[in-house]
This record gives sequence, structure tokens and C-alpha cells, in this order.
Amino acid sequence: MFKTLRGRLITVLIVTLIAGWQLINKGLKLGLDLQGGMHIVLEVDDPEGTMTAEARSDMIDQVVRIIRFRIDEFGVNEPLIQKVGAERVIVELAGLQGDEDRAKEIVQRNAYLEFKLVLPTTDMDNALSRIDRSIVANLGIDSIRAMGRDVVGNDQQALQDLLFGGRDTTSADAEADSTGATSEEAEADSRADDLRPFSSLLNVGDILGTYLVAIEDVPTAEYFLSLADVQRAFPRDQVMQWAEDIEARGARNYKYLYVLEEDPFLTGDLLENATAGRDPQFNQSQVQFELSRAGGRQFSQFTAQHVGDYLAIVLDGQVMSAPVIRDRIGARGQIEMGSGTPLEEAADLALVLRAGALPARIAVIEERTVGPSLGQDSIDQGQVAGIVGMIMVVLIMIAYYRMAGVLAVSALGVYSILVLGSLAGIGATLTVPGIAGLILSIGMAVDANVLIFERIREELDHGRAPRTAVDEGFGHALSAIVDANITTLITALILYQFGSGPVRGFAWTLSIGIIMSFFSALFVTRSFFLLYLSGKKTTDPISI
Amino acid sequence: MRLFKDAKYRFIEARKKAYVLSAAVVLVGVGAMVINFAAIGSWQVYGVDFTGGSLIQVRFDAPMDVAVLRAALGGAQAPPITEFGEDNEFVIRAPIAEDRSITEVADEIESDLAAALGAEAFDVVRTEAVGAKVGEELQLQALYAVLFSFVLTLMYLAMRFELRFGLAAVIATLHDILITLGFLAAFRVEVALPTVAAILTILGYSLNDTIVVFDRIRENLHKKGARKRDQIELVNESINETLPRTILTSGTTLAVLMALLILGGAVIRDFTVVLILGIIVGTYSSIFVASPALIEIQKKWGLGKTGEKKKHQPATV
Repeated sequence: MFKTLRGRLITVLIVTLIAGWQLINKGLKLGLDLQGGMHIVLEVDDPEGTMTAEARSDMIDQVVRIIRFRIDEFGVNEPLIQKVGAERVIVELAGLQGDEDRAKEIVQRNAYLEFKLVLPTTDMDNALSRIDRSIVANLGIDSIRAMGRDVVGNDQQALQDLLFGGRDTTSADAEADSTGATSEEAEADSRADDLRPFSSLLNVGDILGTYLVAIEDVPTAEYFLSLADVQRAFPRDQVMQWAEDIEARGARNYKYLYVLEEDPFLTGDLLENATAGRDPQFNQSQVQFELSRAGGRQFSQFTAQHVGDYLAIVLDGQVMSAPVIRDRIGARGQIEMGSGTPLEEAADLALVLRAGALPARIAVIEERTVGPSLGQDSIDQGQVAGIVGMIMVVLIMIAYYRMAGVLAVSALGVYSILVLGSLAGIGATLTVPGIAGLILSIGMAVDANVLIFERIREELDHGRAPRTAVDEGFGHALSAIVDANITTLITALILYQFGSGPVRGFAWTLSIGIIMSFFSALFVTRSFFLLYLSGKKTTDPISI
Repeated sequence: MRLFKDAKYRFIEARKKAYVLSAAVVLVGVGAMVINFAAIGSWQVYGVDFTGGSLIQVRFDAPMDVAVLRAALGGAQAPPITEFGEDNEFVIRAPIAEDRSITEVADEIESDLAAALGAEAFDVVRTEAVGAKVGEELQLQALYAVLFSFVLTLMYLAMRFELRFGLAAVIATLHDILITLGFLAAFRVEVALPTVAAILTILGYSLNDTIVVFDRIRENLHKKGARKRDQIELVNESINETLPRTILTSGTTLAVLMALLILGGAVIRDFTVVLILGIIVGTYSSIFVASPALIEIQKKWGLGKTGEKKKHQPATV
């Protein structure tokens, strides 16, 4: 059917209709640089290289699932969450309207789950004066004074009073003492050993192994805890970690600071599943969890030794919950949440457990956000520029080649629909580098037509009859078009192979553009030419 | 309309002048790279895509003074700030900080600005944060891609034409890439991802242009007695025969790019400038570098296997 003119025209029509339908139906997805949105690349954070490549790859699969789950909850249209290579995840959320911060938080929220034993504060209490001294030594007395933490003594008692009623009123108002001292710096220096910058922030917690810190003091305490010397001053194998929740005590808000064993006895990778439910007997919310075989053995051994102790569930360094160990637990266990706890809270904890089943942390290695306004500007300007550019091509071609120019422009019109339709059909995303690929392929499509027309003109110069000249022109231009297109296609394929993200976008649009330009110049333009010639006698002059 | 019909320019005879011109331009470019290396520590002004780091673009409701912005971000210690298009829009670039994550740095810039100038005064229209590793990988990828495409192009052209055609095409393409890189260095255009795409486009365009001329040379070589003719004359003839096509295609592409440059907005401006330069250099090199290179190679190593002339077959579709 490609031989007859009618067959050719029908083929062109069908192909164009299919492409046009794809374009209208699926639409062309615009990249983040054009329409705004967020692009994040995550990678397993394993600086020491302790994980095998396979383990990292498995973990990335898990990350993909977890992020997809979270994003679905967030409700973004058509998010792209994709594993790239073996060890990376790309998350692309297009067209966010001012929700970037929340989306970022959702994607970046790490999910590194550990189970740690809660320790009594006894050892830590004894280490507090050592910790205080290391802070003073580290920061110097002046900066501690500037922070308003040049406190002598200990005001833990305040909370005891608050919680349990006044028992002891002998604890002096330490801050009043210290303000008196500022005028006499020499004296203050000699008392450096008595300063309690950190321990004065702590109040005795009402749960085993915890301190309570007033919410306004949390940043200061966090800062102190981040000092390497402070961490060295901790009792051996012990760490302090914050609880996630804020606790209200009277009119003030506090956060728990847990004393935990440094090494987790179980990490989230051994957890297989967790579901929230309700115990019908006691009407309690609970979370049932399942461990892997190895995890179950580890857990059972550990819990047998620690019945009655508290077990901290730590997600990304924050204590989410610290239930008591009632009994030896094997591969299946449950966390009871207390009768007053709503089911949602159990569901949240189950989600945390499921999401946290990652053996290591993930790190953001690339992040790009484009505000919707910038994207809109680019589209508007790009459209105007594109239309003007197209008009220029049309004018040049028609001015230079007359009727043949009109045929070429019609073929280029078909070409545009074919390229855009194919891009829409395969679900490609148009980005700025992609536009570069398009421009190059449009250039090559125009070039193919120019090559053919110049050849036809040469053949006419050699005195050939118009119809023969057209046939010869197409024939002679073919080798140049084929070689030029194939070489460029080779380059595009290599780029696809080596490149990532945007470079691949370029390679894609270029490859499709080249294939379509090939078809457009050699088949579509030729068909239009045949149509134009069909009404003429062999010897009639042609307008070229 | 017909331009350059029956042109008989003696392009190849002018090749010595072209060599001097090309060498001078390449040298200026390399010089600019060396100066850059001494002044800013890298051959090119690499964007965060390559170096890693954070970029944040802010748009103010009213025109804003760079000095005010700089003061808000720590005065002398402020990261580099450049105006973007209008006088109310700025790009702030911060290098990788060792103790903080790339996203923290960007967030910090935003909060510093909000603290000093009010959160209502501006919009963050773009942020980019790229880890150091990603940047390094990108450089390697770009290099591998270009090298590999050279090898395969060479092989393809050696197969379809002759080896010397492949060599000459690669020399011309290399010439274009060198000049483009030199231009980027001299004007300190920031090399970012779209720039890489632009360079790759130039590579594609330049090859395309060269192959069209080579195709005509190949065709003329297949004519009776062509191998015995003066090769310089034959190449000149081929260039002149393809000249109308060369001018028209380049002109049309340039017209589209000019429209993009003037109307396309600030986001793609650098990108378009690089493309325009590349088209001009690519057109020049297919005539004044690739074709003379062919002659030079032939002078040095001869014409190649004349006995194995492949019959040119006009294909049909």
C-alpha cells in the first residue's frame, strides 16, 4: 500500500491521527524545570561500605515502596518514584503548589528503626557532673554565660515539686546566685567546676530511665548533646535520645530524654510486618508485629533476660514509644498501647514499624525544586519563542522553495504531531534539555527537506524532466540523510546509555525526533510531492 | 529564490588562514580556561550540577539591591549572589558545607533572608541542592559519553565512507567542542546541565553538517576518474555544491534560535547563546576544518584503497 499515492496518503493520515490522538489523550508531561515541582534523589547512606551491594539494592526497593506509600497518603498527582541503577531512588513530584516543604519532609523522613533497652538513669546521674565539666571546657565560660546557662547547683527539684507536691524547699534559686556572680568574673572562673549548664536542664522523669526537659530548653540541651566531648563523657555504651512526643505537665510542656543502651539489640530490617488492632477482651489498642526467623531468635533470647524492663522503639534517633517487656517474645509479639489510646495511634505506630524496616539510613544526594511561578514563566516564554521560531521556519521555507516549501512545511507539521504524539505515547517528560533535543531534530528534519530540494534543483539544472528530477533528488539525497541521521542516533543512544535524568531526556527526544524526521522527509514529503505532481503532466514545470 | 548557485569558492586553498583562525580561537579559549583555573580554581565556572552545593533563586516583589541581599546573608561571608534577568530576581550559590547536609544549607539561606528582609518580601522560585558525588559522576558521564560517541562515529564513518572521513569528522567535532568550551570559559558562562545538553546538540549538529559535505565528496569520488583528479579541486567542488543547503539549513536553525534567545526568557538564555555559537562554529568547521583535514590526511597517508570503490547505490523508499 506504500507504493500507490493513495496508500501513501492514507498511511500518513493514519499515523498522524494516532499520534494526534496520543497527544490529546495523554498530553505531554512537562518536566519540573518547566512546570515546577520537586525532584529528589536518595541513596543508601553507608559511608563505611558495610553493606553488600545486594543489600543496598534490596534496601532501595524497600525505600521505593515506603515512599510510594507515603506519597499516596499525601495525594500528589502522578508521582514518579523510581529506582535508578541499583542504589538510588528518584522521586519527582510535579506541579506542587506551595506544598514543597511538606512533601520534602515526607520524602526525606528517614525510617531507621532500632529497638533499644531503656536503662535506669543511675549511671547517667553519676556522669552528669563530668558532662557539665566537659561542656564548660569545650565552650568556655563566656559563651555559656552568654547562653544564660551559667547555673550553679541543680534545679531538678522544681519538677519534683510540681509533680509530687512540695517536699523540700531547701533547694536555692540557683539562677539568682549566678546572676550575682557575673559582676565578679574572677570568682566565676574559679567556680567553673561548679557550673551545671546541662544537668540543670534536666528534671527527674516519671518513667524509668528518663529525664524531663522543658520544651524551651530542648534546643540548648540538643546542642550540648551534639558536642563530641559530651558524648565521650557518657557512661560506657549509653546514649541519650529524645522522645518524639511532647508531654504536658501542668501549664508547661516537656520532652522525655531517654537513657538507652547504645547498641540496638534489634534493627528494623529483621521486622517483617506490623499491624494495628484492638484487643476485644480489654478493649485495648495494640500493634502486632512479626519478626524474621533470625530476628525472632534474637528477640526471644533478649526478652527472656529482660522481662520487666522497658523497650524503646527508636525511629531515626527518636523514641517513638517505650513499652514494658511483659514476657519472653518470639517471632510474633504485640505492643499494648493502654486502654485509653485511640486506634489511630496504634495504626501510626504500626506504620512506623513497617516503614522503619530499613537496615540503614537513606541520604538525600540531590534535590531540586522549581516554584510554580518560574515554571509558568518558562512555559509562557517558551511557547511564544517556539511559535515565532516555527513561523520563521515556515516563512523561510516557503519564500525559498515556493510550492515545494509549502509541501515541506506541511510535512514538518505532520512531523511535529508525530514527535509530540510519540513523546506523549511513551509517557516521556519534556524538559529544557529535551527541548534542545527537539530543536536539533527539527533542524535535521528541515535539513533533510533542504537536502532533497537542493538535489531536485540540481537535477532540473541538468535538464531532467520534473518528475525524473524529483525521483532522482530523493534518491541522491538519501545517503546523506541516512548517514547523518544514523550518526546522530548513535550519539543519542550513547547519551541514553551513559546519561542520567536530564541527559536521558535529551537523548529520548532526540532519538524520537530523528526517527520521525527520517520518516517525515522521505515518506511524508515525498507523498505530498507525488500528490502535487499527480495533477501535472510529466513535462509541466514544478515550483521549487 | 536561490542563493550561492554555482558557487566556485576556493575554500581549501584558504585552509592555512582557517588553521590560523581556528588555532587562535582555540588558544584564546584555552588561555581563558588557564586564567580561570588560576583565578577561581576550575577551568570553567561549574554550576552546582557539577560541583555539588546549593543554589537558591529568589524573586522579590520590588527591585532589590544586591548589597542589601549580601548584608542579609552575612556581608563578607555571604555566598556569591548574581542577578537573574531582572533586578528583583537573584541566584545565590552556596558551596558544599562539610558539617551540614546540602538541603540544610539551602534552608538556612532562605531563613536568613526571611529573618532580615521579611518572609513576605520574596518568593523562592527555585532551589537546587546537589551532593558532591552526584556532581563528580555527572562530569565523568559527560566525558565518557562524548568519548564513546567519538569512537562509534569513527567506526560508523569508517564503514560507510573511509577511515579518513571518520578521522576528519572527529577532528572537526573536537574542534567545535574545544571552541565552545573556550567560549564558556572566556565569558564565564555557568556550565550546568542544560549547557551539557547544548554542547551535545552542537556535537550532533556539527557531525550532521560534516556528513552532508562528506556525502557529496564520497559521491564525487565514485564518479569515473575521480581518484585521478586533483583532490583539492574535488573537495572544493563538493563544498560548493552543498553550499546552498549549508547556508539555508544553518540560517533556518539560527533563525529559530534567535527567536528563542530574544523571546525565550532568562531560564534558557545561556543555553541558547551556546547553541547559536555552536551552529556557527559547526558550519564553519565542516567547510574549513573537516574538509581540509580530509585533504591533509590524504596527503600524509594517501587516498586509501582505490581498488575497492563501492558502487554508489541510490536507495529508494
